[in-house]
Amino acid sequence: MTTRPARKERLVRVAGGQGFWGDWLEAPYRQVTGGPIDYLMMDYLAEVTMSILQKQKSRDPARGYATDFIAQMERILPIVVERGIRVTANAGGVNPRACAQAVAEVARRLKLAGKLTIGVVTGDDLLGRLDGLLARGHDLKNLDTGRPLYDIRDRVLSANAYLGAAPVVDALQRGAHIVITGRVTDTGLTLGPLMHAFGWARNAWDRIAAGTVAGHIIECGAQCSGGNCLRDWETIPDMADVGYPIVEARADGTFDIVKHPATGGRIDVASVTEQLVYEMGDPHAYITPDGVADFTTIQLKQAGKDRVRVSGIKGKPATDKLKVSVAYFYGYKAVGTLVYAWPDALAKAKAADRILRQRLAGLGLQFEAIHTEFVGANATHGALALADIDVGAIPEVQLRIGVRARDEKPVDRFTHEIAPLILNGPPSVTGFAGGRPKPEEIVAYWPALIDKKMVQPAVELITA
Amino acid sequence: MKKRSRTGTARLIQLAHARSGDKGDTANVGLIALKPAYYPVLVKQVTAARVARHFKGMITGPVERFELPNLHALNFLLHGALDGGGTISLKTDAQGKVFSTALLRMEIEVDK
Repeated sequence: MTTRPARKERLVRVAGGQGFWGDWLEAPYRQVTGGPIDYLMMDYLAEVTMSILQKQKSRDPARGYATDFIAQMERILPIVVERGIRVTANAGGVNPRACAQAVAEVARRLKLAGKLTIGVVTGDDLLGRLDGLLARGHDLKNLDTGRPLYDIRDRVLSANAYLGAAPVVDALQRGAHIVITGRVTDTGLTLGPLMHAFGWARNAWDRIAAGTVAGHIIECGAQCSGGNCLRDWETIPDMADVGYPIVEARADGTFDIVKHPATGGRIDVASVTEQLVYEMGDPHAYITPDGVADFTTIQLKQAGKDRVRVSGIKGKPATDKLKVSVAYFYGYKAVGTLVYAWPDALAKAKAADRILRQRLAGLGLQFEAIHTEFVGANATHGALALADIDVGAIPEVQLRIGVRARDEKPVDRFTHEIAPLILNGPPSVTGFAGGRPKPEEIVAYWPALIDKKMVQPAVELITA
Repeated sequence: MKKRSRTGTARLIQLAHARSGDKGDTANVGLIALKPAYYPVLVKQVTAARVARHFKGMITGPVERFELPNLHALNFLLHGALDGGGTISLKTDAQGKVFSTALLRMEIEVDK
């Protein structure tokens, strides 16, 4: 029997290390060295990321995962092993096994062989099973449009079900120090460690909801600790040294959001509330594979400097569906820009837009959409922005015009029509140093649902 | 209420802060009262219909509103706000990140 300090409540700390693939490279190192943590959680996957990784894997079967993660592991593995920190990351993309092998290789190079067990979570990848699923009546209808997947079947590039915390818990219980997953939900990477550490049951719906909310708060990294925070933004201290968030959780499902001492940024009710409402749908039903969290039950309280206490969270049972993210080839787009200077910057940019559109029409080019913005005037707030300013005084405006089509040809022709405007359009124009824009392939995203029983998550262990 | 009432107009930015994000072609705006006392004002005045009028010409679909009294916040879903959304969109703000501040331009009636 182990002895524990009497009455001292056990805390489990899960630190957010990456909010997306491309987040601050310094954050994971700072999280594992800046103070005590039990788990480091790293979120790498956005909707479009899976299709990019699928493309890489089709060219080279050894790829298809977030390569940045390997470099991060190389840097922090010795510390992680020494301090007994465990890592959860969905860096595996469409090839979690290859990702795990690459981490194992790094571990051996760092002379950590024998000290590291890596858990690999698979089962989310449905690409090879699509036709079978469709044939058996799982039509993977688009959640937004209601169209069946048959419409775009021949253009599908990747298809992944969102797995929840369950396989992460499984991997941790079987001794994994590093858990590498494919498409596991962002929140599952935080909930999994908490379920494992506290032994929360899979039907402890309030606890599940609490762990999910904790995951939601830290899944975007510093976006809850001062980053992108509108309230009093100019007074948030030392953002150059911003502290990434840590969930300090208790067994009863309450938790504090904190950051390491002597770091910048701010954790207050305002910064946490902003993150809570980020990407929110119906707040009564934040649905994950693990359960349904009711965001209208969340209570926040400032419990100290840079410490927000979160409590009261209620949950409901999980649904019998999983969300599926399908990526498919959609068409092409291109965006061209030119900059017009005072006087009459906006009027000149508008004239250039009219001339360009007339030329595109004259060439008989067919587009699904032509979209014009005047950056510096209306790109972000539309007509609302121009209601109460002196338009003639705007010092410069960037004409930004984009086109989209199913075929590449009209898009490519469009890209040749920007530069001529410098000499044969309105005056005071500059900013073409970047050269001709390139047509870009559009990989679009198709959200769908599938019966949970059709997806079996699997966990395997690799010893470095 | 008297004619020379003690009401005036205020911009939402004086009463609230906000953050927005996306789900497909829908932008969400979470509008958070700067003080708990402002929350009932937001509930009363910043209705879904009012927000739809505010964004007229900028969104193609309906507006939904949800109340979060616990956070002194309202959540708005602006459907058809993102030119198809995600990678399809040609907009600078393809992910609706700054619809939040566009909402804060709205003027509402307040007690002085």
